[in-house]
Order: sequence, then structure tokens, then C-alpha cells
Amino acid sequence: MNGNVLNISFKEFTNTVRGDILKMIHGAKSGHPGGSLSCVEILSVLYTKILNVPVEWKKSPDFEKRDRFILSKGHASACLYSVLARLGFFSPDELMTFRKFGSRLQGHPSTRYGLEGIEASTGSLGQGLSMASGVALGLKLDKNPAKVYVLMGDGEMQEGSVWEALMAISHRKLDNIVVIVDRNNLQIDGSCDDVKSLGNLDKKLEAFGFEVQTVDGHSEDELTKALNAAKAANKPSAIIANTIKGKGISFMENNAGWHGKAPKDSELEAAMEEIK
Amino acid sequence: MSLNTSFLKVDGEVKSPRSAYGETLVELGEKNNNIVVLDADLSCSTQTCMFHKKFPERFFNSGIAEQDMMTTAAGLALAGKIPFVSTFAMFATARCLDQIRNSICYPNLNVKIVATHGGITVGEDGASHQALEDVSFMRSIPGMTVIVPSDYNEVKEAVRYAAQTDGPFYIRVSRTNLKTVFDENNYKFNPKSAVKITEGKDVTVVTNGETLIEAINAAKMLEKDGITAEILHTPQIKPFFAANDLVESAKKTGKVVTIENHSIIGGIGSVVCETLSELCPTPVLRIGTNDVFGQSGEQRVLMEQYGLTSEKLYEKIKSFLMK
Repeated sequence: MNGNVLNISFKEFTNTVRGDILKMIHGAKSGHPGGSLSCVEILSVLYTKILNVPVEWKKSPDFEKRDRFILSKGHASACLYSVLARLGFFSPDELMTFRKFGSRLQGHPSTRYGLEGIEASTGSLGQGLSMASGVALGLKLDKNPAKVYVLMGDGEMQEGSVWEALMAISHRKLDNIVVIVDRNNLQIDGSCDDVKSLGNLDKKLEAFGFEVQTVDGHSEDELTKALNAAKAANKPSAIIANTIKGKGISFMENNAGWHGKAPKDSELEAAMEEIK
Repeated sequence: MSLNTSFLKVDGEVKSPRSAYGETLVELGEKNNNIVVLDADLSCSTQTCMFHKKFPERFFNSGIAEQDMMTTAAGLALAGKIPFVSTFAMFATARCLDQIRNSICYPNLNVKIVATHGGITVGEDGASHQALEDVSFMRSIPGMTVIVPSDYNEVKEAVRYAAQTDGPFYIRVSRTNLKTVFDENNYKFNPKSAVKITEGKDVTVVTNGETLIEAINAAKMLEKDGITAEILHTPQIKPFFAANDLVESAKKTGKVVTIENHSIIGGIGSVVCETLSELCPTPVLRIGTNDVFGQSGEQRVLMEQYGLTSEKLYEKIKSFLMK
């Protein structure tokens, strides 16, 4: 999917995704709106402009050459499912089965159910980056030029194994990996700074040997430029995407209480008004 | 004693099961470019260094970072490789349990964990390095195949079998150099049934791993007292396909003893009790470490202190039969 595949505006697309996220979580009576809404632009730019991945999925002759995307912050599954469905990987009709018994749209992404577009089973935090590192090694062994993109949560960076992975990626010079951190500054128990500060995340990543860029994670242009630069870099890249948890819905923005809570009927109605 | 000599060695030489692993990796690596190997700074101990030397581009040392290693193996499997991951059994399992469950078994990835230094016979390093619960951890994860081979030749067979069978595997290899039990030309690893080592009518003895040789020697001692033991060796304990063989033997002998270099909780002792309680309730004596941690000491001293030498087994089995 090279180039802009949308026949609607980027804003219309992201509004549709936000609407899906809210309706899916409302329908499931559970889910993670805050961290799903914070990465809408990141996933939208990735899937419409950056990733070379066929919507025909395994049926495509180019399947092996596809870029890989791993959602390490698996709780943002609603956002990923919506983006994939709206781009044609599977029918948007399936979105409302999210988190329900028998659904391919599990609470956290799983490869067990054959859902088109899902590369990896994630959910237990701190593992997507190591997984990406293994995929990147495998691609290099096969001389496959595809890239591996990973989206991490900033709270997730508190997991020790993330730093093991960063060290390994740098040591092995895996320039086919792009790490994106959804820096929304909040986690379940409050602000990341209060719970356990990440400190100077950009300096830490630089010290681990990464090429680091910091962008507005809700800006289509900034994300596009940074991801294109990261794609071309000849060392491992990290993009810190500064975002707002709950972005787009005024009463959810910057509110840790909306990390893992479904909107009530009236809240869904008010939220949908804001993204009309 | 009626040893089944068609596939057993009468007086085998002492060989290292770990070397068997290293040699087999090289053999597999020569045949298949997709075989890759990961280790966590213990490649000389696990013997993956043999593969490293031969195929440096397909060997990845994670340094002392087992969790990253395990999930990196998951990623390599996602990319179509067949990763063999090795370190000591303690660190391979306990430290990486979440990674193994969520990133390897849940997506059913083709990752082969071959852990060395399982059991009390790690020796002088003491309890922190003696994995006595690893089989129990691995056995409880859906989709994981668990094999505890008994000697040099069986390690080779089990590793080859894992390489050609899709899905996650846990193979536990001992540190100890052991007397070879199986004949390299006539023994074929078969996960579908128990291996009947001896015919007997008084007691069924179920074992695997490095306690097999001890069980054979204990059976020889029992025989002098007129007691014949039927030894069933069950290297693959999950999925456990040897239930019919076990039930058939238990019906004949009426008493069952399990022996393992592992806790009596969750290993072959538990497999046997679970199977028999459902299919053929039979009194069982479980011999293994009795819900305790190990400690430092020489291998043979520890085997004796924890009741796993042939002499100790003989005494325990005999008193169980007297009851």
C-alpha cells in the first residue's frame, strides 16, 4: 500500500476510526479507549502512507515481501482493527464483534484466529520489540528488504525486557526496525512521571544507539516525514510521538480514568458529536 | 534380568547428553538453512557453541537477557525460521514463563527450547541453579510438547524429532555425563508409546531423564530379592501418549512407582497419577524432590541425599511393596 490510498480526507479517515473505537468499546462494554485514541494518527499514517502491505493479505503474491507491523501495546487493538477494516483487510461489519465470544477480534491481538492483517499475538507488555527484533533478524537472513515497525506504549517502556531488546537491536545493527513510542504520558495508575518516570526518553534511546526523532503524534505531516526518514536511516530508528491520551474526545483527553473503561450510552452520544 | 536388548546397550559408555545436543544442531544446520540457534552467554555449557563455530551467521547470543532471547526466537519463528533456544533449565523456564506462554505457545510458534542443567545434578552451584520445577511449568502451558530424554543417543533422537515436528517444544537435558542406555543403531525415539525397558510382574516403575539408569540398576537389586520390576521409560510426558501402556502394566502389577530428577509436583509423577486416577486407580509412590529446594554438593552426593541413587530407590521401592 504505497502512497495515499484514501479516497476521503485524512481527517475524515481518522474520525471514522475514532468513531469505530468508541462504538466497539461501547458495544463490548469494555476495552481501552484512551490508548486507542492516542495512536489513531500513528496507525493511520503507517497503514495509508508507509507500510507496504497487501490488503489481500496471505492471498497476495507479494505477501512475503510485506512490511511487518507489531502492536506491542496490544491493548490499543480497537484502533488497529478499525484501521485494518476500513482499509479492506476484512469487513467493517466484523468490528462490532470486538471482545465478544467467538470473535476474531480478541481483546488483545492474536494470530490464532486468522484475522487478516494481524502479524503477532501481543498483550503482555514489553514483548513486541523483542519479537520485532527476531522478525528483523529473520528478514535479514533471507535478504528480504522489508521493514519492521513496532508501536510501543510509553508506560510499556517501564518493562525491563524492552531495554534488553533495545540493546540487542543496536548491537545487531538492525536498521530494518522502526520503533514508535506513543508518548501519551499516562498509564493506568496515573501519569508516567508519577508512577515511574521515563526521564529523558530521547536521550536514553540515543544512548542505546538509536536514531531518535520527536514529533507531534497527531500531525499527519510530522509523522509522515519522520517515518520516511526512519525508513531511510542506516541504523535502528526510534520515533517519540507526543500524543494526548483520549485524543479527540474532550472529556477523555489526558484522563487516566479512560485507560480501560467503556463509555456509557450518553457518553458515547456526546463523544460521537465531537467527531462528526 | 529381562532387559530388552533389542534396542538397549548392555554396558554402554559414558557420554555427554549436552554434546549430543551440540552435535545434532550442527547436523540439522547442515541440512536446513532455516535452523537458527540462540543462547544467553552459556553456549559453552549448553554446547550450542558447536553450532556457533560452524554457522556463525545463524547463531545469536543474547547476552545475559533470557526474556529478550525467548521472544526474539518467537520473532524468528514468525519469519519462518526454526529457532533452537538454549540456556540452563532454571533461566529458560522460570525467568521466561510469560514470554513462553504468551509469545511462543499462544501463537503456536515453531520454537524449540532445549534447556540443559535440569535437576538436582547441577551440583555445586546450588539451589538457585537447580531447576526442579521446570517440567511442571512447561507441562501446564497449552500446546507445549515436553520431552525428558535419558542419554546421549536419545537426546539426538529427540532433537531431530523436534526439528521435524511443527510447534513449540521443551527438551530437558541433564548436566551429567551418563552411561549410554540406548543403542544408536536400533533405538528409535517414538513419542506414541512408553519404552518397555524390562518385563516385570511385581511393580511398574515409570521414569525418564537421568534417573532411567538408576531405575535399571535398582531393578537389578530388586531381582535378587525375587521382585521383578517392569520399567516403563516415558521420555515424552506431554502430550502423554503412553496412557495405554501405563494402564496395561498397572493392571498387571497393581503398584506403580515414579522416579524423576524433578519435584514430585508437576512432572512424570503427576502425569502418572493423573492418568491412573482417571483410567485405572492404582497405588502410586512418587520419588523425586519432595517440594523442597536443592543445595550445593557433588552430583552423586546430591543424588543420594535426595534419594535418587539406585540404592536409595531400591530401599524405597522395597518398603513401598511391603506395605
